[in-house]
Amino acid sequence: MKLALLTDLHANRDAVEAVVAHAAAQGAGRYAFLGDFVGYGAEPGWVVDFVAEHVRRGAVAVLGNHDSAVVRGPAPTMVAQAREVVAWTRSRLTDAQLAFLAALPPSVVEDDRLYVHANAYAPTDWGYIVTRIEAIRSLHATEARVTFCGHVHEPRLFHLTATGKAGEFMPVPDVPIPLSGQRQWLVIPGSAGQPRDGNPAACYAMFDLPTRTLTYHRVPYDNEAAAAKIRAAGLPPRLAERLLDGD
Amino acid sequence: MAIDAAALAAGVPPPLAQGVVIDGFRLDEPLHQGGMATLWRVTRLDGSDPLPIIMKVPRIKGGDDPTTVVGFEVEQMILPALAGPHVPRYIAKGDFTGQPYIVMERIGGDSLRARLDRAPLPVDEVVDIGWKVATALHDLHRQHVVHLDVKPSNILFRQSGDAVLVDFGLSRHDRLPDLLEEEFELPMGTAPYMSPEQVQFVRNDPRSDLFSLGVMLYHFTTGQRPFGNPSSVRGLRKRLFHDPAPPRALRADCPPWLQEIVLRCLEVDPARRHQSGAQLAFELQNPEQVVLTQRAENRPAGGIGRSMKRWFAAMGAEPKASGATVQTARSPIVLAAVDVASAEPPLLEAIQVAVQRVVQTEPGARLACLAVMKTNYIGMDELMDADGRSRHVNLLVQLKHWARPVVQALTAAKTLAPHEQDARITFHVIEAPDPAAAIVEYARKNQVDHIVMGARSSSMLRRYLGSVSAQVVAESDCTVTVVRAPDAAH
Repeated sequence: MKLALLTDLHANRDAVEAVVAHAAAQGAGRYAFLGDFVGYGAEPGWVVDFVAEHVRRGAVAVLGNHDSAVVRGPAPTMVAQAREVVAWTRSRLTDAQLAFLAALPPSVVEDDRLYVHANAYAPTDWGYIVTRIEAIRSLHATEARVTFCGHVHEPRLFHLTATGKAGEFMPVPDVPIPLSGQRQWLVIPGSAGQPRDGNPAACYAMFDLPTRTLTYHRVPYDNEAAAAKIRAAGLPPRLAERLLDGD
Repeated sequence: MAIDAAALAAGVPPPLAQGVVIDGFRLDEPLHQGGMATLWRVTRLDGSDPLPIIMKVPRIKGGDDPTTVVGFEVEQMILPALAGPHVPRYIAKGDFTGQPYIVMERIGGDSLRARLDRAPLPVDEVVDIGWKVATALHDLHRQHVVHLDVKPSNILFRQSGDAVLVDFGLSRHDRLPDLLEEEFELPMGTAPYMSPEQVQFVRNDPRSDLFSLGVMLYHFTTGQRPFGNPSSVRGLRKRLFHDPAPPRALRADCPPWLQEIVLRCLEVDPARRHQSGAQLAFELQNPEQVVLTQRAENRPAGGIGRSMKRWFAAMGAEPKASGATVQTARSPIVLAAVDVASAEPPLLEAIQVAVQRVVQTEPGARLACLAVMKTNYIGMDELMDADGRSRHVNLLVQLKHWARPVVQALTAAKTLAPHEQDARITFHVIEAPDPAAAIVEYARKNQVDHIVMGARSSSMLRRYLGSVSAQVVAESDCTVTVVRAPDAAH
């Protein structure tokens, strides 16, 4: 069974469609969505419906800070650019879509895996995992062998041994990484809907459950179309530009 | 022996003994008890692996032993990612949640360790070991892995003669996480063989393996270790500052070219070593083409001046490695197969330009210029006569003349000394009845990355004589650039 992990979809329908087509071709049997389905992009309704449909079929989905902001109002820490889009997004969602977001759990545990948007130590305070320090803190806060999270838009892999030695790795696309049971792992697939590592191709990761092998992927998609929709919606032009240059 | 069901249920692996079955593999016989692991000859009960296989089981020494545990974790990650004749074929692995193990192909025969006791070895034997191991290392590096523990006990040979590298517990795969990076405060490796950069905690330079191979070749040549067997970090660091004694000072019949090669492997700055395993293997197979430098001289070892020089080089050798993939790709062997005897001048010129472009883009590239002297299938002895010899020499002269502009362009563009430029370009004339087959075979044997050659300009000639380049393109393993002269008619 292959589990496709998508995070930070950010209302980018074009990216999500491309990623899901890629994942299906790779044999994905199940999906996990790690939050931030809305915000920034022009098609929040489509993305929420898409995730909701997958959840009905057994997919995992957790709450992101943008999802929370649309339902409950932005947290004081939310950046200005994100804040601008909250009200617009809310106006585009139906009651049913808002109810779906409102009902999302902050984290899900399944066997030895934890799914959470930001981190394991304070899931709804939305602190970022930037360095090994936060990664260690998050891994210490869970029993799970493998944590899947998003929030940070760049792909990354952290690992921690029982003796407290932590490592950080910049994954290479399409190279399968066996996740040894000897250590804890923190997997950040990178953003599907708004990549920020200088590469505009959408990010996701695939985890093969029987072999515990993780593969990061990059999927090129029609980012010009997605950017054009953002401009047409009257959203801040910078949000369109960053889809083109991936930063 | 029955397996203790209660122990299994409790997650405690059964004690290892003859007859015990682990995940469908029956332990038949303990083969070797090393410091880190025990090897068992095993049989796969479902019969799907009829060839000899072994199970490697880590020795966990009471409680936490990060060295063994992490090293085994690393090998479990890297071995399955490797393929080809120069590594044992990976079959299965067991996680630490149960009985940790790796099952792999059994490579028969002794490791090179046994031959250390016989050192010094005959020069031919040293060279044979050297090029085979260098070839195996190149293959490993092309698969993104730096071994980092190259030593005689980790090298075996197949019946075919291919060298096989084993034990990837300290290795680094440049596309997978480095599980050892943060693990230890001491340099990792085996003291006599460790490269200077490994002493400085650099773990991603494939040229480290060439240094270790150099230590082995030095030992096999002279019967002595170039840097002893230090037991402290301070002792290890000495190799940063002290040149080893020249092999010829220890063994009078060591040829200067072998000393040149071995001491080049042992350079403190990786940039002054051979830039890839293939380039080292190439020199070992073409000793007459080795350019002799100061290294080949029979000078006395040490001296303050020498130490200072090495020390300055060591200062320059601080981490700037870029991983096995990049380093290997940056140091290709380019083969210019040139029909200097019969190709038209415009084509010869076009090949010159194409070769220059390819070689100049990669400062680590090395160029082998090859001319094939076509012989008849029968009457090979004709070559031995004076006429054959003069044709051979004549081709070599023409080939060198053809390459002059390339050599000049490289020397002008680079900061290296002229003699080091020379070492980057070699000339070869081979005699064969089938030029295309000879070029393909030559490229394969020397692990050539890129062949540049000309195409017959006239389609009429191609139709009647066949196309050598088409055959090379179809049959070779590497990239082939086929050059055509611009057609004056257009």
